[in-house]
Amino acid sequence: MKRPAVILLAEADNVLVTCRNIEAGEMVPIDGAETRIEVALPLGFKIARKPIRAGEKVFKLGMSIGSATADIDRGQRVHTENLKSDYTPSFTADHGDRFGQGETL
Amino acid sequence: MRGWLRSDGRKGIRNTIIVTYLVECAHHVAREIVRPFEDEDVHLIGFPGCFANLYAFDMMERLATHPNVAGVLLVSLGCEGFDRSGLARRIEATGRPVRTLVIQREGGTRKTVDAGRAWVRATCDGNAALPRVEMGIDELVVGTICGGSDGTSGLTANPAMGNAFDRLVEKGAACIFEETGELIGCEHHMAGRAVTPELGAEIIKAIDKAARYYGLLGQGSFAPGNAEGGLTTIEEKSLGAYAKAGTVPIDGMIKPGTRPPSGGLYLMDVVPDGELRFGYPNINDNAEIVELIASGCHIILFSTGRGSVVGSAISPVIKVCANPLTYRRMADDMDVNAGRILEEQAGIEDVGAEIVQLVERVADGERTMSEALGHREFILNYKTFEPVGPACLPKSAA
Repeated sequence: MKRPAVILLAEADNVLVTCRNIEAGEMVPIDGAETRIEVALPLGFKIARKPIRAGEKVFKLGMSIGSATADIDRGQRVHTENLKSDYTPSFTADHGDRFGQGETL
Repeated sequence: MRGWLRSDGRKGIRNTIIVTYLVECAHHVAREIVRPFEDEDVHLIGFPGCFANLYAFDMMERLATHPNVAGVLLVSLGCEGFDRSGLARRIEATGRPVRTLVIQREGGTRKTVDAGRAWVRATCDGNAALPRVEMGIDELVVGTICGGSDGTSGLTANPAMGNAFDRLVEKGAACIFEETGELIGCEHHMAGRAVTPELGAEIIKAIDKAARYYGLLGQGSFAPGNAEGGLTTIEEKSLGAYAKAGTVPIDGMIKPGTRPPSGGLYLMDVVPDGELRFGYPNINDNAEIVELIASGCHIILFSTGRGSVVGSAISPVIKVCANPLTYRRMADDMDVNAGRILEEQAGIEDVGAEIVQLVERVADGERTMSEALGHREFILNYKTFEPVGPACLPKSAA
């Protein structure tokens, strides 16, 4: 049997954290409901536990980690494309590879 | 556990000679002096700038009189701004062997290198006879830092190191966590853990200062690798980083070079005071490690998810790997596999206990992975600080 795919870190959270790599199209239980994950997700990434509207705060470990910049569906990846800091912008770079993201745990 | 007793009463867990260049122009000569001693505890440190800076002087003084340091060779070009005589006097006052070589006075590169190597050889031989004495955990100062963080850092390695901090503080050690720029978003929670309301207010002010400072720079302490590892914002990275601080009360807030007045948990405010002047507060992880060592840290606990390989001059670095995939790829660089919390359902407490045991063994002389691999990174840059206010250290005021 596969290990659990995601972990809920605090009851107040509206995101879950992946605790292994998840394949695109995999079904993952979110609060008991099997939910299709559209994109491959490496270990340590976040998905929405419930629909999150643009402007809403995103909670992880019970604390705000920023605001949604777009509406996010349940099970959708929550990352730089739809979440921003309420303090300073995050600087990102695309090295054009998928280093460290192709392995399965 | 045994250590080397120094004249100020502190004990060292290593008996290292440091060779220090006082301007970049003396760097090559200092490096050449150290080269034949790479299998011995002879470390190269230095300051590159020609303009004098009080912070750099204070840092260098704290490092040169660190309990892990048994002797100091200063290498000066001769015309730089660093107060070499003042530094030599401060070191001499501690009873440590110290020698200053001025390249322009010695007659150039070759003569300075020869004189330096002869001094290091003689000092190493002399120090080999220094006795070790019994040392308790309550005499240890331990620092913590995270580098190359990813989405696993805050789930495994950081909480495990926080658990180790709780245990070390319980045993009387002084523990320091830092990088106020990577604690943005945690300020109110930290203030609630402060031993006095006044200290709590100072902590909030320090984080506000950090947020303002990084805001002016237009970029937070957030590297592209953090996002590739699943972290999205500085607050999220902070939250994971904050887990390193464990759960015990916060006894004080210090600045780089301040020694904790007693055992307990301390936050280090690393963001410069005053207007934005010299750029990024800490340009990489080693800049933070050096500041922790300047505050007396004997050992640094370093958590990494993406996989950092660094160690440090002067104090050993224990690498705690958060990500089990990274651990498998880079096991030779890692001292602890905290990723087993995800893979094997090991408890955070199990890994916390393992870290404390390793701290005791490393304090008693066991080499860490980065030490064995010869990592001795060092960096020191310009900064400006105002003195630590009395509200920040309630214990010493009492």
